Amino acid sequence: MTRAAADYGDVVVAAPVTVPYVRHSIRSAHHFVARALAGLLRRAGLAKSEIDGLSLASFTLAPDTAIGLTQHLGITTRWLDFLPLGGASGVVALRRALRAVQSGDAEVVACIGADTNHVDSFRQSLGSFSVFARDAVFPYGSGGPNASFAFLTSHYMQSFGARREDFAKLCVAQRQNALHYPHAMFKKPLSLEEYLNARPIAEPLRLFDCVMPCAGAEGFLVMSRGRAEALGLPYARVLSTMERHNAFAEDPIQLRGGWSLDRDRLYGSAGIAPEDVDLVQTYDDYPVMSMIQLEDLGFCAKGEAPEFVRRHSFTTDGSFPLNTCGGQLSAGQAGCAAGFLGLVESIRQLTDGNLARPVEGARFALAVGFGMITYDRGLCSAAAILARAGDGA
Amino acid sequence: MIPPLPRPKRKNPVLRTRAPLLPPGPRSRAALGLTAAAALGRFELQECAACGAVQYPPREACHRCLGVELPWRRQSGEGELIAETTIHHSHDTFFRERLPWRLGMVRLDAGPTVVAHLHGGCGTAPARVLVGARLDKAGQGVLVAFPPEEVPNMADDRQLREMTCDPKYRKVLITDGKTAVGQALVRAVCAAGAELVWVGHAEPWKKLPGLEQIDAMPGVSLVPLDLTDSRAVREIAGEIGGKVDILINNAEVHRTQGIASRSGIEVARAEMDVNYFGLLRLAQEFAPAMRARAADGQSSATAWVNLLSVFALSSFPGQGTYSASKAAALSLSQTLRAEMRPAGIRVIDVFPGPLDDEWNQTLPPPKVSPEALARAIVAALRDGVEDVYPGEVAAEWFARWRENPKALERELASQS
Ligand SMILES: [Zn+2]
Repeated sequence: MTRAAADYGDVVVAAPVTVPYVRHSIRSAHHFVARALAGLLRRAGLAKSEIDGLSLASFTLAPDTAIGLTQHLGITTRWLDFLPLGGASGVVALRRALRAVQSGDAEVVACIGADTNHVDSFRQSLGSFSVFARDAVFPYGSGGPNASFAFLTSHYMQSFGARREDFAKLCVAQRQNALHYPHAMFKKPLSLEEYLNARPIAEPLRLFDCVMPCAGAEGFLVMSRGRAEALGLPYARVLSTMERHNAFAEDPIQLRGGWSLDRDRLYGSAGIAPEDVDLVQTYDDYPVMSMIQLEDLGFCAKGEAPEFVRRHSFTTDGSFPLNTCGGQLSAGQAGCAAGFLGLVESIRQLTDGNLARPVEGARFALAVGFGMITYDRGLCSAAAILARAGDGA
Repeated sequence: MIPPLPRPKRKNPVLRTRAPLLPPGPRSRAALGLTAAAALGRFELQECAACGAVQYPPREACHRCLGVELPWRRQSGEGELIAETTIHHSHDTFFRERLPWRLGMVRLDAGPTVVAHLHGGCGTAPARVLVGARLDKAGQGVLVAFPPEEVPNMADDRQLREMTCDPKYRKVLITDGKTAVGQALVRAVCAAGAELVWVGHAEPWKKLPGLEQIDAMPGVSLVPLDLTDSRAVREIAGEIGGKVDILINNAEVHRTQGIASRSGIEVARAEMDVNYFGLLRLAQEFAPAMRARAADGQSSATAWVNLLSVFALSSFPGQGTYSASKAAALSLSQTLRAEMRPAGIRVIDVFPGPLDDEWNQTLPPPKVSPEALARAIVAALRDGVEDVYPGEVAAEWFARWRENPKALERELASQS
């Protein structure tokens, strides 16, 4: 057994910021990073010079990385991180920033996920995503992860009896949640019929199983509790986190992620159990991934998510609030910002800074990260358990 | 069930011919090992020299032991289709024109999971399949999952036809009908379902054995074609160049001499004039028209075949000037391939060992019969390969050349 990780002591997370998403932008990623940083400073009442740590996640900054952005934005930091880890980048940024502040390497770390989306940038970015994808996926025509998720959705359906209606239930419920979130890309309700009859993309996936790529940014600040209180900033605590990369490489096709390896430690360190969690933000790039995460993170056994989905409503006011601002499926996927979306929404929920409808009395939130389909499966699994100030071990 | 390929309708001449598009072509250098094997009709993957683990996708280091010696080894391709999808949407222009497109994820018995084009004859997952490698339109190696047993109309599969150059319902030009090889080729492509066959005839005033029978076959017509005459080549290209789907250049002059055995360069010049300049003349006149018709529907222009010789790889001093002319033609053929690739037209080089004909009278068997050579060429078209070594001698010399070209040079010198 690995030694238990130390807790995060008096380090907290605050100032959830969303730069509203747009479908396409002629601006570069730098634009969205700048707006996110400005939003964080405004929110916290800090001057640029008071940020001494920067953690940046983006796919579309090239040829720049985080270092180029320090000069571009005119900030001087003593701690810097660049994490182009897609859907895992938010949780990974959080756990690194927490330790940096805890150890005194930085005092205030700005964590930002930002990407732009030009009309043709998705297609153009495909060829540079990974060597394995360029050699062994793109020549087969799928272009992007749709085909990989079609394989695993169809395999999941076959293995565990999931039906299209089960995936629909998640998508429809999340759309309900998104109707109360002003920044969601989708602003109209989604009916079961619309979901089922949407145009096919890669069987069994249809249009509403797939996220809409867009441009935007998400961010938050990591600092000591004392600093947050001095600034008068509402904050949330981080009880426990995990990340795991390339887990279960021997599985012929992905039916589980690294969460199931680290789940016990995750809850153990947090001192809570799955049933204590009040809201969950899965990484919902495709609805099948929400089901896999619900299983791997202990809300039901492997293969039982379809049944679990049939039992719950998933709306903010119902049983098992899930993806309370609509998730990526309704809010949109702004590149690496998608890896921050669930965290930022969780911080809002736990600090009463809601944009979406609040989950009444929420004390504990679980935000999940998942990403990097470099060939046939997502390689990064991550998760964080957050608590309302004053709650938890 | 694969529907049989329909006979193509007459083309509406008013319609615009589509510009050829290619599937994504960029590959890492490691991945080109798959292409190199597929060009020979083989399915090979990297196997770790230290621990034996089979690797996919291609890589620089063993995923199990970090060994960096990863030689390419032939694979049986047996595996299980564990999931499949039919894509209805693609960001890629080539595939957008060809949707829907069926893909499978296959767990090879050898270990790795691969993404493959899924042949229409494969059952729904889970099912046993046989994975093979093919060259796609971009000329790069890709994997195709086939049904484990032959199914009716196997070669007519819509997706597979994008990777092969099957002569069925296609129009073929064979540049020389006077030789036994030329006549065997005519019979073989007709048997393979070619729609029309033009057969070149350098001296139409001469009655040569076998030509009359060829001319009498349905769909076959003789055309005057002398590869040493630039104007004649241009004229015939003007007449039929815009219709040729497959060009098989089998015309050659073959004499048996080295350097010391004869004075003067007249014979060597005659060899070069057909074997090298003849190819150059043909390529200049026919290649542009074929490129323009590379995406012309079901029976588009698809392949160019050059009959070379295994002596093109390394000189056989007893036939030294002939070897040199074939080496020149091989080099030119590589240029032609580079120029045809943007259109997706395959250039196939055929490297037979000695043919069983009058010019190899003194060489010992085994020698390649004209019929076997013709069969090998039709098979190469059907499989869409780039390099063919028909006959045992060719296969052995190719293996020797791959292993140690200097050793082969010495071996060939001592045989002359
Ligand atoms: Zn090894």
